Order: sequence, then C-alpha cells, then structure tokens
Amino acid sequence: MIPALTIENLRKVYDNGFEALKGISLEVEQGDFFALLGPNGAGKSTTIGIICSLVAKSAGTVSVFGVDIDQDFPTAKKHIGIVPQEFNFNQFEKAFDIVVNQAGYYGLPQQLARQRAEKYLSELGLWDKRNIAARMLSGGMKRRLMIARALVHEPKLLILDEPTAGVDIEMRRSMWSFLRKINTEGTTIILTTHYLEEAEALCRNIAIINHGQIVEHSSIKNLLRRLHREVFILDCVETLPEALIIPGFIVRRMDDHTLEVEVEKGQHINQVFAELDRQGIHIESMRNRANRLEEMFVNLVEGAA
Amino acid sequence: MTPREQFIAFMTIVRKEIHRYLRIWTQTLLPSAITMSLYFVIFGTLIGSRIGEMGGFTYMQFVVPGLIMMAIVTNSYSNVVSSFYGSKFSHSVEELLVSPTPNYVILMGYVIGGVTRGLLVAIVVTLVSLFFTRLHIHSYAVVVLIVLMTSTLFALAGFINAVFANSFDDISIIPNFVLTPLIYLGGVFYSMDLLPEFWANVSRLNPLVYVVNAFRYGVLGVSDVSLPFALGMIALFTAVAFVYSMHLLNSGTRLRQ
Repeated sequence: MIPALTIENLRKVYDNGFEALKGISLEVEQGDFFALLGPNGAGKSTTIGIICSLVAKSAGTVSVFGVDIDQDFPTAKKHIGIVPQEFNFNQFEKAFDIVVNQAGYYGLPQQLARQRAEKYLSELGLWDKRNIAARMLSGGMKRRLMIARALVHEPKLLILDEPTAGVDIEMRRSMWSFLRKINTEGTTIILTTHYLEEAEALCRNIAIINHGQIVEHSSIKNLLRRLHREVFILDCVETLPEALIIPGFIVRRMDDHTLEVEVEKGQHINQVFAELDRQGIHIESMRNRANRLEEMFVNLVEGAA
Repeated sequence: MTPREQFIAFMTIVRKEIHRYLRIWTQTLLPSAITMSLYFVIFGTLIGSRIGEMGGFTYMQFVVPGLIMMAIVTNSYSNVVSSFYGSKFSHSVEELLVSPTPNYVILMGYVIGGVTRGLLVAIVVTLVSLFFTRLHIHSYAVVVLIVLMTSTLFALAGFINAVFANSFDDISIIPNFVLTPLIYLGGVFYSMDLLPEFWANVSRLNPLVYVVNAFRYGVLGVSDVSLPFALGMIALFTAVAFVYSMHLLNSGTRLRQ
C-alpha cells in the first residue's frame, strides 16, 4: 500500500543560516494515527510547513499518497488538511463563511460546500455558532473551527499542529473522541503535541524529532517496551513504618499511607505486593507516577536513552 | 485543479472581497463620495467659476473626469493593499496558500475584487457629479476600457505593495507619498498646456497623466496625450505589474518561509 506520507532526506536552512531540518526521513502508513513529537524549535512545525507548502524546503523529497510535491503540488494539497498551531483565519468572518470559503479554494461547488460546512460544524459542536464572527468564539471553539475548515474538502491526510493547546480537559476529550472517529473512518492523522499522554492515548506510531533530526521512529508500543524503569505510587491501608525496606527495590515513603516504588526492567511488581503483604500492609490503589511516554521522551531528547 | 474548480476558487475570492468592502461600506465607499463632493464644491463650483474655461470646457466639466479617475485609482489600490496585507497580518492568507488554488487565480481574484470596488466608486462619484454638472460621454467604449485597465493596473500595484508591507504603516506610505502626488500632478486639475515645456515633459513620466487624459478623452473628447499612446502605456504598466506580481507569488516572497 502506498504510504500516506513519505519524507526523504528533507533539509531546511533558513535565510539566517539556521538549519532547522538536517535531512530527516519519515514514513506514515495509510490509516495511521501518527505522533510527531519534539521539544520547541526541534523542527516539527517546519516539517509540517513544508508538507503543506508554507515553508520552502532546501533539499529532499516529500510525497503525499505517492504524489511528489515537486511534481504535482496541487494534487498533493488536495489530499492534505491542515490545522495549524496559531489561529489563521479572518477573525471578522463568520464561522460558516470561513469553512465555506475554504471549500471554495479547493474547487467545491457552493451547494456541496454548504452541506460539508454544516456536516463538520455540526459534528464539532459549532453549528449553533455558525453566524457568529470567529473572534467571538472561545479558544476551544476556534480550534474546532480550524478542524472543521481542514476537513471540509475531506482530505485523506489530516495534520494537526498542537490542536489541544490551551483547551480545557472536557473539550480535549471530546476532540480526542472526534479524531479517533475520523481515523477509524479512514483518515490518516499526524499529530504534534506537547501533551505526551495525548500521543500515548491516541497514536499508534511515533517519531521524535530533536535539533532537526529524527531520534526515534517506531510504534508507541515498542517504545514503551524499551523503558528501563517505571515508578508506581501505592496508596496503602495501614500506616507505613518509618524505615520501610523492600529488598531489591528502591522505595520512598511519601507520607504515612503513600509509597513510591521504582520497578526496573526484569523485576515484577508482584514481588513488591508480596513483601508488603508479608509486612501486613495492604494496597488500596496504585497508579503510575509520571506519564511513561514523557519519561522516554525526556530520555531521548536528552540523548540518555 | 480543473478549469471549473479554478473558476470556483476565483469566484470564492472575488465574492469574499466584495463582501468585505460592502460590509465596511462606511470605510470603503462613503469617504470617496464625500471627498469628491467637496472637490466638486470647492474646485468646481467656488474656485472653478473664477477660472473660466479649460480645454474648451467649463472648469467643472474639465475636472470631473480626473476626479472620477482619482477615485478609481485610490479605491482599486487601497482595496487590494489593505485586504491582502490584512490577510497576511492575520495569517488567513495561509488558507489560500495551503489550497490547490493556482497563484494566478489568487492574484486575479484579489485584482478583480479591487476592480469591482473601483467600478462601484466610479459609479457613485459619477452620480454625485451629476448634481454639479451635465456629463456628455464622448466615447463609452474608451471610458469602459480605461476604467477597467486603470483599476486593474492599480489593483496590481496595491497587491505588490501588500506583499512587501511589514506593517500597516507600510501600506499607507505608497498611497500617501507616491500615489497622491502622482494623481495631483497627473493633470486632474489642470491642462498640460499650462505647464512650461520642461515640466510638461517631466509630467509625461507620470503614468497618471496617461490614465487621466485617456479617461478625459473618453468623457470630453479632449486629451493632452495621444489616446493610442496612452492606452499602450497603461497596457505596458499593467503587463509589467502583472508579471512582477506573479513572480512574487511564485517565489513566495514575504509569503512563504
């Protein structure tokens, strides 16, 4: 099957001499939910900018569903829907007009454009706001408006650059659910985000970019499997002794009823449960201390992994 | 994109542009009507009555074509410069840049948007002028041709200004310090015959001279320059502005990083 996106040896050197991309290569399969992660300034937005023609590449090739952007950019563009990081619509236009006009730029006839605008504004909970000027919408609504606008020509590849930045938890969850739905229906999605739990919750595959280079490109499952250590927080029923020792494990007593345990690769949490049980301590509940992907991400971008 | 899809994209831009300037008509259409009324009252009626004839016509009849052309030039220019720079400023131009709409369709969409505003203002100013004088059109064909060519030329010029502008100050520098002096020195208020030979020759470097005189020929049947030459010069300026605008769009100057 032709990949949804193929990037080979992509380089970008800005006019001031800054090399934002140092020859990255990447492949995203059709139907994938793909995360492109990296710290600020790593090259994520530059990569996205090149794919959707807002940034001119210095070298390399980019193909969208087999269409080389150097050969036939208009066809490649038809396959792409882009939701940028910053609001980039006319704040004085009505939400409905913004979506209908975008459809027009893709050559959709007025009637179809209006039908699609209604469909996506409704699905994203904005239909009752359709006649309101965009500037009057809340931050979360503006983000959903940009998603509706990106989908109006029904692209096969949707690229979202930090779509949930500054969005409240409830709204974020509803956006996750919408994105899962359209991914299930066949839209390939590439997501950049600073919320690593978002990438872990939504995406199957991942690339981590740092200083203009891909430092990791694999499935999230494989990535997490390589974690050497996990930290669990145990809420205990009984009061914990001051000097609690579990042989073979690093433990920290957080307070009278809370214990933090580090479990290295190859160790089993059952050993901890057994030892605590032997000492007459029962576990009420348990959770991960930190997001696992976040830990891996920090290791990778700091070059420690 | 198929030709039909390109036409849809073109009409989308034109419709959006027309909707934009009609929505803010008090900023876009009304000022020209008021300003031109004042010109008619002051230069045409009050001062003009003491000047007497110019080029065989009353002073009011003489200045009306120039004033109409002045409104067309400023409105077609300012529509494109403010709209396109506004879309750059708000980044909404990215809506077009990420779409498959060809660059020439983007350019033509904005230009025709500016042309329609120029035409609309021309109609408004012409109607206002009828309160002050009777207009006898010498050649409708020349009038229509000059109006279309001139508004296209200055809409293109506005586009070039918008591409290079980095701030709202930059979109007012050219209209205030270049366009307005050129209009005033382009023979709107006087015949070139009144100028000493040296300054008359210098004036021939001013594109507005050809625009104003060609339009005056269409309305009154008199001109300080030959009509074919004036048409040729306007066409030349328009072709250069179009080619340069396309170059700016194709190279992504100030639009793509």
